[in-house]
Formats: sequence, C-alpha cells, structure tokens
Amino acid sequence: MADGEERDPDHMHHIPETTRPPQAPGANGGPPRAVALDPAPAPAAAPAEPRVARAGKGVVLDRLNLYYGAFHAVQDVSMTIHPNKVTAFIGSSGCGKSTVLRAINRMHELVPGARVEGTVTLDGEDIYAPGVDPVGVRRQIGMVFQQPNPFPTMSIYDNVAAGLKLGDRRLPRSELDEIVERSLRGAHLWDEVKDRLDKHGSGLSGGQQQRLCIARAIAVEPEVLLMDEPASALDPIATLAIEDLVRELKERFTIVIVTHNMQQAARASDMTAFFNIEGAGRPGRLVEYDRTEKIFSNPSEQATEDYVSGRFG
Amino acid sequence: MSTHAAPAPRLAGGTLPSWAVWAVYAAAAVPAIALVATTDLAPVAVVAGAVAAAVAAVYAWSRAVEGRRRAADRAVTIVVASAFALALAPLVSVLSTVLERGLERFDAAFFTESARNVVGAGGGAAHAIAGTLVITGVATLVSVPIGVMAGIWLHEYGRGPLKRWLTFLVDVMTGIPSIVAGLFAYALFAIFLGPGVRLGVIGAVALSVLMIPIVVRSVEEMLKIVPQSLREASYALGVPKWRTIVKVVLPTALAGIVTGVMVAVARIIGETAPLLITTGVVTSMNTNPFEGRMQSLPVFAFTQYKNPGAVAQPYIDRAWAAALTLIAIVMLLNLAARVVYRRFGTEVR
Repeated sequence: MADGEERDPDHMHHIPETTRPPQAPGANGGPPRAVALDPAPAPAAAPAEPRVARAGKGVVLDRLNLYYGAFHAVQDVSMTIHPNKVTAFIGSSGCGKSTVLRAINRMHELVPGARVEGTVTLDGEDIYAPGVDPVGVRRQIGMVFQQPNPFPTMSIYDNVAAGLKLGDRRLPRSELDEIVERSLRGAHLWDEVKDRLDKHGSGLSGGQQQRLCIARAIAVEPEVLLMDEPASALDPIATLAIEDLVRELKERFTIVIVTHNMQQAARASDMTAFFNIEGAGRPGRLVEYDRTEKIFSNPSEQATEDYVSGRFG
Repeated sequence: MSTHAAPAPRLAGGTLPSWAVWAVYAAAAVPAIALVATTDLAPVAVVAGAVAAAVAAVYAWSRAVEGRRRAADRAVTIVVASAFALALAPLVSVLSTVLERGLERFDAAFFTESARNVVGAGGGAAHAIAGTLVITGVATLVSVPIGVMAGIWLHEYGRGPLKRWLTFLVDVMTGIPSIVAGLFAYALFAIFLGPGVRLGVIGAVALSVLMIPIVVRSVEEMLKIVPQSLREASYALGVPKWRTIVKVVLPTALAGIVTGVMVAVARIIGETAPLLITTGVVTSMNTNPFEGRMQSLPVFAFTQYKNPGAVAQPYIDRAWAAALTLIAIVMLLNLAARVVYRRFGTEVR
C-alpha cells in the first residue's frame, strides 16, 4: 500500500512563517476584501501559527458564458466563491464544470477557438480585463489536474520548485530548500520522499504523484487552488488522503474542486455548486449553489435533489 | 481435465510439434539449394517458390491436425516473417559486401594519409574523412538551430493557413532531389563569389537545405508526443509560454529530437551529387570550409571508382574502404545517439 501515510497533523503548523516568499503586490496581508457574501473567515483558525494565517481570495463570476468555437458550452454562470472555503462543483459529465473551472484561471482560452464572455473577478480585479497577463493570473490561481502530471524530466525537488524556478524571480538555494520542504509537508508527502528528492517524480505511485502535483501547485503560494477531479484517478485510500489535504489547505487557500464523487463533495466541501445540462448540444448551467449541507439535505431545486440522491445521471 | 464432459467443446485439440515449421523450411530449402546449384534458374524465383511451397505445406499440415484457424494463423505468420527476411536481405548483403571488400584497405594508412601524389596503390582518405566531418558538422550546426526553432514554431505557435502552407512546403522540401539542393547552393554562392568557386561551406549549405526539413519534421513529431497536460501544468504555475517550451517541453522531447537529428545526419552524410558540384574534388587535406576545395568520403569513393589508374584494383579497394568508413561513422553516430537517449531519455506517459 504505497499510498498509506503516517499522518502528522502538526506538519502545517511548524511552517516558519518568516520564510514565506514575497507576495505579489496586494496579494497578501490584511483581511480578505469584502467580496464574499459570507462573513470573512477567521484566518486565525490555525492555532499554532505564530501569525495570522494567510488568506485566500474570493472569486466572483458574473454572467459567465463560455464557448468552444460555435459551441456554447456554459451559459450565464454567476456565483461568488468565498475565500478560504472549499467549493465543490458537481454535475453530470459534459455539463461544463471543468470548463468553468478552467475559465477561473484563464486556462479555457488555451483551447483553440475557445471564447469567454462575462467577467471573473479575483478580489475585485477583473482577470479578463484588457491588459491583464494570463501568466500573472495563473500565478495567483493555481490548478491541480485529473491525471497526476509531474514533469518527467525533473526530480521531485525540481518539480516542487518548478513554479519558482521557472518564474521570474530567482531565489537563493536555502530559501528554495525551505519552500520545497514546506510544500511537500503541506501535501503530506515529505516523509515519503525526503530521502529521494533527487529522483524522478515518475517513480512515485499515482497518489504520491498527485500529492507531488499539489505540492508543486502550493509552492508558488497561489490565492486560489483549482482542482479538476484530483482524486478520480486514485484508489480510495489515496483519495481520502487528498480529501484530508483539501480540508487542511483551505486554511491557506481558496479551493474549488470539481468532482463526480458525491460523498467527496459532501465530505470535503463547504459550498456546493450543481451544474446541469438540459440535453446534448445545449449549454451547461448553474442550477443551484448553496451550502453543502443544504444541497445534500434540502436542495431548492428538484434537479439537484434528483442528482444528489442518485435518481438520475 | 474432466472425462465425462464430452458434449462441451474441447479446449485442447491436436497440435503440431514445435519443430514442424522448421522441418518444413528445411524440407523446402534442400531442393531449393539443389535447384540453384544445378540449374540456371534465377535464385530469387527459386527462393520465392520455396517459401510459397513451405507456406502451402504448413497450412495443409496444420489444417489437418490443428484446424482452420490455427492453420491460417501459422500461414500468415510465415508470410509476415518471410516479408521481414526479404526486407532484411539487401541490408545484410550490402553490409557483408562492404565489409568484405572494404577491409582490404581499412588500414592505418587509410586514416592517416591523404591521396596527394598517390598513383596506384597506397595513400589514404584522411582528407576525405576530415572533409566529411567538417562539411557535415557545419551543415548540422546550421540546420539544428534553424530546424528546431522552425519545428517549435510549427507545433507550438503556428496557426491557420500560414501553418498549413509552411507544413506543406516543409514536406515538399523533404522530397527535394539532392542535386537540386547542390545546384541551389552553388548558384547562391555564385552570386557573391562568381561562378566556379568551390568551398566546403557551399557544400554544407547544400546539405543544410536537405537536412533542415528532416529536422523540422522530426522535431514537430516529437513535440506532438509531449502530453498537453505537461504544458498545462506549467501554465497553471504561472510559467510563461516560452519558458514552458524551453524548460518543460523541449527537455521532455530531447531524446527524440536527438534521435531525429542523428537520422538527419545519417541521411546527408552519404550525399555525393551536391558535394561534387559545390566542394569539388581534391586530393590533399583541407580542413578549412571557407578556403579551397574539400574532399568528402562519398565523393572520394566516387572519384576513385570513376577514375582508376592503369591498375584499377587499388582505386577500387580505396572506394570500398571509403564506403566502409562512411557506414562506420554513421554507426558510431547512432551509438552516440543511443547513449544520449539512455542518459537523458525520459518515459513520457
């Protein structure tokens, strides 16, 4: 059972706060701006942290319409993603969950012919405004993919450091070492790989590779972490490990997770958005968005009830 | 094994012994050898007939013992294996002939002496080896950066009709006759240097014209293999596109690109016609591609064979030795590529 891990719940709290890399201007400090309808999360929730835990940022989607060429994939999605919460996107295949997710960090436009209408604001800033560099957006909004995809040419260490090494800034080796260790600890992978940091990441098991990808994503300290079915390629034990990790990571990041797994959404998320599609070729829509308990116990829409109770799809 | 389950289809049927196919081959080979030795029938026809007879015999035997499906399987296996042997035969024949005849003059003098003032036996091809290495080296130095960057543009940046047209042109260039490349380079330099000038670098340019499209295509193919998910992973970390290509995509494709370059080198290193026009024929050592004529191994082999002396054999021996040297160089390059592949190769999943 390569994915079994000795959990050390104290990992997160031994992180030396002072070694955190400098943030992009306006990316850190202060309480999150009042984008959220929700009361601001209590950032001091991490008890052992010497200072206030870093806060993620909220994201607001406003009348978002997404297209692949002539195909209207997603219609009129408006929602507020609250900072430092886990938001789950659920819905049947092809209903546009992943497309919406990819629009949040401007990955959607990488597909030839893809178009975006409407706005996505990160902490009040429109990420689709003219003059906004998608590279800068993606620095603040990281992503973990369905298939673990560590860089095959790089060692485990270099994989985690990739975002920093390939970015604009040059960090001294000692600082890089600390960030790599902290990120791997944050992804619950440190104990399993600390003796083979110079080995290739492709030698790890699937679950370990996915945690390596999470470590890689959090190493650049994004504000928001998007996860596109991060556990769907993993066995149940590795899946649980990822879910535990997600719950823990929300102290530092805003997390959006796409999942086909109802239990996972119910277990790991604070808010749930249900997407649906009326028929083949029709655009996907946001049907209902609410607190996870409400979605799973007493949803307002019949379609949501049908879906979460497994009556269709 | 249950004995009372008679109505169920039997799983184990009759099977030919493992030596059966070989026995049929041997049985077919004996009369074939006899026919070739005793009659003046064309050996190719005899071999083809023997293979056909063997296939028929195996099929009939197998059908009788094992049933139709296994018989067809055996027959097709033999046909495929024979086709493979047929494809391999010329290669083995070329290698053995070149080895046999080339070893005659594959001696120290061949690698250390030039052909200057050599009449009859003796002399060597050191000047031609040096020329081949210099010309091919310069051509590679020119072609690899251009080819790699063009391939990157085509796959990572190119869009729409422009990309389609350029891809088409690269395909056309892949099929360009080498003599045309030679004439092109000759004419190009004639504009600046006047007609009749022969330099190593002109030959290198001619070879580049042949090499660039091969490199472009192989780079493009290798970049296609790099999974899109790796690029996306890099973009999602906020890495700009060009750095993603340089630091993630190219290293992942490196082993394949190196192999592609080696294939392209092997393709141009044996070119004769363009070098005959552009670098000329010379018997003495010249390692400066920008000054004077330059000999190369294929041209050396050609001239030795075409202009033998009163006693032809030493010239013909030198031509074979030059051919063997050329094959040896290509083999060494391939071995080097394999080492690179082992050293830097990554498994792309």
